[in-house]
Amino acid sequence: MIKANHHLDAKGLACPMPVVKTKNAIKDLEEGLVLEVQATDKGSKADLTAWASSVGHQYLGTVEEADVLYHYIRKGSNEPKVEKAFGQNISLEELESRDGLILDVREAAEYAFGHIEGAKSIPMGELESRMQELDKDEEIYVICRTGNRSDLAAQLLADNGFKNVYNVLSGMNEWNGKTTKDF
Amino acid sequence: MTAQKWSAAKVARKVIDNEELFILDVRNEDAFQDWKIEGHKFDYLNVPYFELLDGVEEILPQLPTDKEVLVVCAKEGSSVMVAEMLAEAGREAAYLKGGMKSWSSYLEPVKVADLNNGGELYQFVRLGKGCLSYMVISEGEAAIIDAVRFTDVFIDFAKEKGVEIKHVFDTHLHADHISGGRHIAAATGATYYLPPEDATEVVFEYTALTDDLNVKIGASQIDVNALYSPGHTIGSTSFVIDDKFLLTGDILFIDSIGRPDLAGVAEDWVGDLRETLYSRYRKLAEDLVVLPAHFMIIDELNEDGTVARRLGDLFKENHGLNIKDEEEFRRTVTDNLPPQPNSHERIRQVNMGKVAPDHNEQTEMEIGPNRCAVR
Repeated sequence: MIKANHHLDAKGLACPMPVVKTKNAIKDLEEGLVLEVQATDKGSKADLTAWASSVGHQYLGTVEEADVLYHYIRKGSNEPKVEKAFGQNISLEELESRDGLILDVREAAEYAFGHIEGAKSIPMGELESRMQELDKDEEIYVICRTGNRSDLAAQLLADNGFKNVYNVLSGMNEWNGKTTKDF
Repeated sequence: MTAQKWSAAKVARKVIDNEELFILDVRNEDAFQDWKIEGHKFDYLNVPYFELLDGVEEILPQLPTDKEVLVVCAKEGSSVMVAEMLAEAGREAAYLKGGMKSWSSYLEPVKVADLNNGGELYQFVRLGKGCLSYMVISEGEAAIIDAVRFTDVFIDFAKEKGVEIKHVFDTHLHADHISGGRHIAAATGATYYLPPEDATEVVFEYTALTDDLNVKIGASQIDVNALYSPGHTIGSTSFVIDDKFLLTGDILFIDSIGRPDLAGVAEDWVGDLRETLYSRYRKLAEDLVVLPAHFMIIDELNEDGTVARRLGDLFKENHGLNIKDEEEFRRTVTDNLPPQPNSHERIRQVNMGKVAPDHNEQTEMEIGPNRCAVR
């Protein structure tokens, strides 16, 4: 099952209730986190997709299992333009010719709906506590959706003694190569 | 003020009676673009319901106060919500009971003509989907042609008229909607006919509908004559009724012609289509009134709600009957075709009796426009 930060049960509810409930549930969620909406109304997929884009959330995808639709929505897709502070950057084109570890710091659900094959998933919020899973001597290419979270992640790794860390710019939103799904 | 509930029948009357109506369609934009309730004098505003969750104030200036306003959504729920919000804001508003689902299913029986010796011919107009079915009535007997899947409507109508359904025909194996033909036959003991060329894969019993088959309805013998007219499908058959009406199935429409590609073999059938439209039909009397199995746009409806036009007029006005060059005709009906109807392959499977989805799934499969024609 795809990991989400919050779950909403909208099973058995007909339109408009799945969207109404989602709208209320996402209010309490922190920006950048992922809500899973369970629904049985088939129309909920098209409606949640269109609703999310109209209010600026990021619709990640839907998985159908035993007549239940599991929709994944990340709160607030308009990432703030922050000044990139990490100096060592590489482009997506350069990334393709490099060896080393691709570290994907997006939320687990974002990763699940499409990532570069072989990339390791550690969401930004978990990086500090899971840093020991990484090899300090390996070359690490940190990637997220637009380059902001990966910038912060690269700084955090460098501050903790990782020598060969690169921030991949811009991010998965501009990646045209193959992706793999994971669910 | 409370929101009013309107039935699909009420909306259908407004379409047929050419009345004005303002429709606030609260479905997604692409759903609205793809398919909506069409009326000669209808105006529209499309705002998805999820943009109105915080209130309807912003759209109030766009809603007329001198016209009835009907809120429409896919199933009903969202339109009830929005109509109630409008009512609370002091506006009169109604919602469509059952939403576009019920609109897609609604049939309006319209009398086309009186036939010899007290006979009658009815056209069942499915406004939401553009399907047309027919019932010929004469002296206690009835024949049905191209029945859609709402079998009760036909069976109840026959009861109301005090007639026994004796013959049920499908002009061809339909790909855009689910046929009710064989189910009506099974329920009433009528004979069910299907062209054998279209029936090679069907898994039920049927009576072969062949060229020149003649069936009499009632004691005064209203003639129903079959005329083999392939092109939309290889088995497509037309009917001449009472020497006055030509039921063309999906071969010839009012403002368009049939498409040859829904069974996946456009190139093979385009020659048949040409032969039917430019040779077989040319030999018929121009005063025959064409009654097709579909209409595509609301402008094809006559003042009285029927879809019917003199064959001679169509020879003059229908673009598809006026393409002199064979090669150009071939290109017109094989290139640049509109998208194929929703679930057309699966609908064919249902009509062959190979699969039997439940009522809800059948409704879902038929949602959307019919797209059987080439203009």
